[in-house]
Formats: sequence, C-alpha cells, structure tokens
Amino acid sequence: MRRTLPLFLTFVVGMFPIFAFFVPHRAVSDLNQQLDTWLVIVAAFALPLGVVNLVGSNITKIKRKQKGWPYSIVLLAGLSVMAFYGIMGGEQGFHPKFQYMFVNMVSPLQATMFSLLAFYVASAAYRAFRARNIEATVLLAAAIIVMLGRIPFGDMLTGGRMTPLSEWIMTKPNAAAQRGIIIGAALGAASMQIRVILGIERTYLGKGQE
Amino acid sequence: MHPFGVPIGVWINAFLTLCILSFLYKDNPFFRFAESLFAGMSLGYYIGIVTENTLRPNLFRPLAQNFWGNVLLLIPMALGIMLYFRYIPSVAWLARIALAVYIGYYVGVYLMQKLHGDILFQSRDTIVSLRAGGVDTLWNIIVMVGVFSVLIYFYFSAEHKGALGKVSKLGIYFLMISFGASFGYTIMARISLLMGRFSFLVNTWLRPIISS
Repeated sequence: MRRTLPLFLTFVVGMFPIFAFFVPHRAVSDLNQQLDTWLVIVAAFALPLGVVNLVGSNITKIKRKQKGWPYSIVLLAGLSVMAFYGIMGGEQGFHPKFQYMFVNMVSPLQATMFSLLAFYVASAAYRAFRARNIEATVLLAAAIIVMLGRIPFGDMLTGGRMTPLSEWIMTKPNAAAQRGIIIGAALGAASMQIRVILGIERTYLGKGQE
Repeated sequence: MHPFGVPIGVWINAFLTLCILSFLYKDNPFFRFAESLFAGMSLGYYIGIVTENTLRPNLFRPLAQNFWGNVLLLIPMALGIMLYFRYIPSVAWLARIALAVYIGYYVGVYLMQKLHGDILFQSRDTIVSLRAGGVDTLWNIIVMVGVFSVLIYFYFSAEHKGALGKVSKLGIYFLMISFGASFGYTIMARISLLMGRFSFLVNTWLRPIISS
C-alpha cells in the first residue's frame, strides 16, 4: 500500500486535468478549479521544505565553525528578518518594512549581481568565441548584429539599417529556431509526464521507490 | 535620517551595490557578505510573497472569516503539512502521498499546457499561408524551413546522413543564429542593468552628497 497508493493517486489526480480539458461540463470545471486552488496551497507549503534544508545546513556550518561560517549567520539573519516582515503583512498588504527592504536591499542586490554577469559573459565570450568555422561565425555575426541593433551607435554606423536587421533576426530565424526548440522540448516533457501519470517514472517518490 | 542629504535607504542601497561590484577586483569579504545577504533575503522575500499572495487569500483569510463554510480547505492544508512527515521516519511514507497528489496534478496540468499551448499553437503559427504576398511569403517560408530543420536536428532515431544530414546541418545554422541572438540580447540586458546601477550611484547617491 505504501508504494501502490501514491502511484494510484498520481494517476487519478494526474488524469483529472486532462479529463477536465476534454469535458467542458460546469461540475467538472468547478471541481478542477477547486483542485487548482487546493494544489496552489500545497505548493505554498512545499516552499519551506527548501528553507528547512538551507537553515539546517547553515546551522550545522555555524555549529562546526566551518570555513565561511560568519556568512551563514548573515544568510540566516537576512532570511529571518525578511521572512518575518513578509509574514507580518496584514489586510493592507505587505508590511512597509518588507517593501522598504525589497526596494533598498533585495532589488539592488539582484540587479547588481546580474549586471556583474555582463563582465564575465563578455570576457568568457572574448576567450571562447573564435570564428573557427562557419557555424561559429554565424553565431558571432548574429550576436554582434543584435547587440549593435540595440544601441543608437549601430544605426549611426549603418545609416539606420542595424535596428531593422536586428529585429529581422529576432523575429524570423531566431523565432524559427526557438519554435523548433519549444516544440521539441514540449514533446519530450509531454512524454515524461505521461510516464509519470502511468507510474513508469517513479524517481520523484524518492530513493528506493523506483 | 538623511546623512549628507541622502536617505539612509539610498546609503544601504549604494553600499550593497559597491559590495557586489567589488568582486570585479577580486573575491573579498564585502562581496561574500552581500552575496550571503542576497541569498537569505531572496528566500525570505519568496516566503513573504507566498504568504501574502497565496496562503493568506486562499487559506488563512477564508478559514478565519468562515471556518465551517471553508472546512474543506483543511484537506490541502493537511496535504501541505504531510510533506514534512519525511523528517519523521515512522510516518515518512505519508509524505509520499502528499507528493503524489502534488506531482500528479501538476503533471496533468502541464501535459495539457505542453500539448495544447506549446506544440499545437507553435505548429499552427508555423504552418502559415504562403499567400501572404511580397516579401512576407519569403519570411514565412524561412520560418517554416527553420522550424522543420531544427526539429530534424533534434531527431535522433536515424543517423544524420544524406538528405537528413543536410537538413540537420541547416538546422544547426538556424540554432547558431538563435544562440548568437540570445547571447547578444542577454549581454545588452545585463549592460542595461549595469547602466542602471551606475546611474543610481552617480545621480541618486553621489550627486546629492556633492551638492549638499
């Protein structure tokens, strides 16, 4: 039962949205809507699972005074304060201190962290990108055209031709390749999802359940 | 509090920005501090978002306002709590029930989304009329050929030789254009963020200090 019941539930609950998609009856769509709300709640409960693991590993690091343990204190302090004010929101929405910390701490940290990647991606590209063959040259040319197409300097150099060319690359050959990737990935994902519903794929149940 | 005519929030913002940018010189304690703070606060932020946008309106508020009318909400709440039974060895297997319901439902939902939203819609937008007229017909042919050749490139059930190999090779060119375009786009987005940070440091932080 410990093994069969989860597989049976996965099958029944997994088939329901498919059933609801093909059966446009009010009762079915209402039940599906209800199930959707319920599962959003279950998903919300799943988030702290990651938090528990993160807090556990950082507390262990602090207890054992492992290398870089003071940074674990910073991490836990940031997590506790932000989560505390996040939970303390009321009928009027988020707590003002939560919004203040988001605007003055989380948002700039995130933007700066991502902007830092510009340097590293550019320097890695400088070392890795070489027009060694036709494929690499095509990639390089597309990247340069798109980059120049995003700034006024590109249009200044080419008499206004760079932006339309960049747009053409984005909306025609790029869209075609992206569409191919999306269709291919969707076919792969759909086949995996069918395997999960049918109980062929069981790794999500954990070790020893496959 | 406005030291040097600048709000304390701007000082914090500027300090954290400089801490992260200091990594351009080399790894240092200021960067590690800001990195750890970012990791912790980001997670705390998501906890706040999930509480405010999901748990409060869908669970806590309905139960507080009309408990018996919304008593069925205890079922997802129980399933959510059951996820934590994995930490109690004697009842750990119960966590798999909650996980099975959770995985099962979203697998069903995403299956329909993938089939209906991705595969059918993307295919429909690819197989367009060739009577668009003028240069649009040519562009439609290019998109159609591009999608087909990329799909052939990802088709691994036959060796890419002969005609299949040639179409697959064409798919590689389309993929290279796409990867190049994505790379260029990402770089420009990151540079845009960097300009935003420098603009903040100069205009919002330094300028008021100098003029005060």
